[in-house]
Amino acid sequence: MKIMICPVNGPRPVSEFFYWGEVREMPDPGAATDAEWAHYVFDRNGAPGVKREWWYHTPSGVWFIAERDTIKDEVVRTYLWSGGAR
Amino acid sequence: MFRPPERLKPGYDVVIIGAGGHGLAAAYYLARAHGITDVCVLEKGYIGGGNTSRNTTIIRSNYLTPEGVAFYDESVRLWQDLAQEFDLNLFYSTRGHYTLAHTDSALRTMRWRAEVNKHLGVESEVVDAKAVHEAIPMMDITCGGHAPVLGALFHKPGAIARHDAVAWGYGRGADQRGVEIHQQTEVLGIEVKGGKVAGVSTSRGRIATNKVLCAVAGSTPRLTEMVGISTPIYIHPLQAMVSEPIKPWLDPIIVSGSLHVYVSQSARGELVMGASLDPYELHSTRATFDFVEGLAAHMLDLFPFLSRVNVNRQWAGMADMTPDFAPIMGKTPVEGFYLDAGWGTWGFKATPVCGKTMSYTVANDANHPLIEGFNLSRFENYRLTGEKGAASVGH
Repeated sequence: MKIMICPVNGPRPVSEFFYWGEVREMPDPGAATDAEWAHYVFDRNGAPGVKREWWYHTPSGVWFIAERDTIKDEVVRTYLWSGGAR
Repeated sequence: MFRPPERLKPGYDVVIIGAGGHGLAAAYYLARAHGITDVCVLEKGYIGGGNTSRNTTIIRSNYLTPEGVAFYDESVRLWQDLAQEFDLNLFYSTRGHYTLAHTDSALRTMRWRAEVNKHLGVESEVVDAKAVHEAIPMMDITCGGHAPVLGALFHKPGAIARHDAVAWGYGRGADQRGVEIHQQTEVLGIEVKGGKVAGVSTSRGRIATNKVLCAVAGSTPRLTEMVGISTPIYIHPLQAMVSEPIKPWLDPIIVSGSLHVYVSQSARGELVMGASLDPYELHSTRATFDFVEGLAAHMLDLFPFLSRVNVNRQWAGMADMTPDFAPIMGKTPVEGFYLDAGWGTWGFKATPVCGKTMSYTVANDANHPLIEGFNLSRFENYRLTGEKGAASVGH
């Protein structure tokens, strides 16, 4: 994977981007048990597959979602986040 | 060197997954120190074909936490006798290890490390730029003027060794004591009944067992998924490269955290070079040109005279990273499932002590005292073992 596709700027060299990890749901901090909260803070889905991830295009300041195959090193698709404020 | 066992038996006392240095060392000490020889080591590829042969072979114990220093120091002690014990030349070569500081903050961390090290009896000291220059006169101490070396952490016992031979030595020793090593045998599933390990299904049939040791580095998340355990482990590739063989000129091991370089010269004269992790998660050992370009540029900051030396090979391993840069070892919530994982970019040097402590842990179903700081439960208890400051380079 040498090229990442920014939903705003189109295909750009991957060195222009910053990887911020898999999209994860935060449990309600008021309702979560200590164990659930620790699971959220530390644990990761480290197994291979197609992952939904946060990426950032550094020169233009665009945050977006990439669906990426972590075995083939291929981008499946990218799009802007539409899930509301996080 | 090994007996090739024809078929798997229906069951074993202990099944070890992964015939790298760590798995084979555990098998060796299970047989030698604990008298447990009904052991089978499963390997989906070949002996020592994973991260055991993909690292840059550096051995040191100048860590940051007392838990880490005591653990790696025991490993260095074990390393020093291994060639004799195996009757096999490991090319273990004590070189001295310099971690260069280009900033005040780096020097501060080095003073901290030196004091922890000395307190625990490990030879480690902060030296000034003049001492660095005298030890390595071929190095441009100013790095072209833009990153002058202010000093270094000097660790006299720092060493390198021939990595394949370590796996072969432990493998042969285990084999001679009755352990079966099955290569090209992939684990497809692990049976858990009532919270206990019951068996392992493989590409060559089912095995009944109550004890499984998982020592598979970059494949760890695939196996923990099979037994339903969550861990903080995530996988990034770590690349390395070697130059063509040249005359011996570099005796010590040189590390620069700021420039993301570590380098030593092998017995064959090759410069063995590494840098930081690839910047995103990947389950692949592909190599990139970006890596060579970036590492070569930083090598030339330190050693401009190498500009005409060719790079011969590059490769990658899958590093199983943890948030605190310490491993995850010992018992898990599944009874009979033991982890030797989270070895990220720091696993090779720990091969002997991992074998020793994990064999104890498996044999006694109790964590060895030296690995208490590395248990999986430290995360849910928010008691991390922060070793990031002792990583070779900023990852």
